[in-house]
Amino acid sequence: MKRVAASFLLLLTLAGCSSSTAWGWYVIDPRTSSGWINIKFLVSGMASTIQISLIAASISIMLGLIVVLPGLSSRWWLRILSRIYVEFIRSIPLLPMLFWVFYGLPLIFKAMGLDIPVDPFWGAIITLAISDSAFTAEIYRAGIQSIAKGQTEAARTIGLSYAQTMRYVILPQAVRLILPPLANQFIYIVKMSAFASVIGMQELTRRANELVVSEYRPLEIYSLLIVEYLVLVLIISAGVRWLERRMSTSEHS
Amino acid sequence: MKDLNPKEPAIELVDVNKWFGDFHVLKDINLSVGTGEKVVICGPSGSGKSTVVRCINRLETHQNGIIRVDGVELTNDPKSVHDIRADVGMVFQQFNLFPHLSVLDNLMLGPMKARGLSRKEAEKTARLYLERVKIPEQADKRPGQLSGGQQQRVAIARSLCMEPKVMLFDEPTSALDPEMISEVLDVMVELALEGMTMIVVTHEMGFARKVADNMVFMDAGEIVEQGPPDQFFGAPESERCRRFLSQILQH
Repeated sequence: MKRVAASFLLLLTLAGCSSSTAWGWYVIDPRTSSGWINIKFLVSGMASTIQISLIAASISIMLGLIVVLPGLSSRWWLRILSRIYVEFIRSIPLLPMLFWVFYGLPLIFKAMGLDIPVDPFWGAIITLAISDSAFTAEIYRAGIQSIAKGQTEAARTIGLSYAQTMRYVILPQAVRLILPPLANQFIYIVKMSAFASVIGMQELTRRANELVVSEYRPLEIYSLLIVEYLVLVLIISAGVRWLERRMSTSEHS
Repeated sequence: MKDLNPKEPAIELVDVNKWFGDFHVLKDINLSVGTGEKVVICGPSGSGKSTVVRCINRLETHQNGIIRVDGVELTNDPKSVHDIRADVGMVFQQFNLFPHLSVLDNLMLGPMKARGLSRKEAEKTARLYLERVKIPEQADKRPGQLSGGQQQRVAIARSLCMEPKVMLFDEPTSALDPEMISEVLDVMVELALEGMTMIVVTHEMGFARKVADNMVFMDAGEIVEQGPPDQFFGAPESERCRRFLSQILQH
């Protein structure tokens, strides 16, 4: 049955390729000047996607740490505070949050007497960073808690404070465990940054949408869009693997 | 050797009680350790002996009674806890070295961050104590590259770098292969001969006979018997202590 379906699909594809009317790859054919212009237009969204993702991820990495540390405190009300943040933020879908930040936040600023405009760029970054910080906080928590309690105790007996214990003993060890899931989370941010297109951010997805509207070739253009994200994610994965290798060699030297 | 107030005992526990939930782990513990004195605590597992030493440097909190270290009572005041920890060294059964740092950095971390020593001063102290525990050549290795016995000696050196007034040992040889036990005990005997105040939880009775000024036997959260080694090993008063000694000494 499976084989039949597969050969049917293959046949359909081949048939499609042969009939020039069904396909419109010419819209992104680099050999024609209009195709080349289209490709350049689509790829030019890359800079924004990368900027948004990088800045949002950096903020999220710091914010996650700020959220998780009170969560590991011995004071119950600090733990509750951290827990509430994580549960609350984690349960808000990205798109409504994006709308809330982009359309709602300026009103709050205004009510506070502040004149802070929220443009699509920063609106997207704030949303992605806050939304992601709940997840990075959980990743940190798992990493920190997996470091044996004896490490904290030993650090305390040589007089280190809580902050010093974290800074010099726990976090350097936890980083190794935290890095792979954190990289995963970064890939997630890159993909979620596509939502910024709905508030008018000129990134990869927005560019593709705009071209589809003028060319009406959704299959070809969105196919290229998917390849663009694929390339981005593969580059990130390679970078993370390199980082992991480097860290494991410094461990043994 | 160290400038402890001679009138005060280095460590004093008065009617100390502790519970883990409903479980009464320490029952009316009274113990006094003079400056330069060496106390060995033994007893069956679960008797509360580790908990006693962990209470002394505040890794555990006691619910009532008084613990004084160098005349200062342990309270929940963070400053007092910090002061005590800096004066009391601790060696753990599982070494608890920092695996991501070199041996030298393990030794320098406390002096630099908690005492504010310069890197140069800290390194000088660290190399001095590595010499004392007889592994100066391992300074640049990671803990994971050393044998268990070497790791435990590094752990002892790490504590000594803080120049503590008192050293606590919580079953320092229990996690070691038999052939490595003596190299650790040798270092501890040397430390004892230099006049360090020590509380050692161990079942190494040969070591106890050699260095202990006072033997303590604990069972079920109580101090059942204590006294000088001759009397303790020669004529234990309680039946429980006699039975315990006969069990661990028969091999």
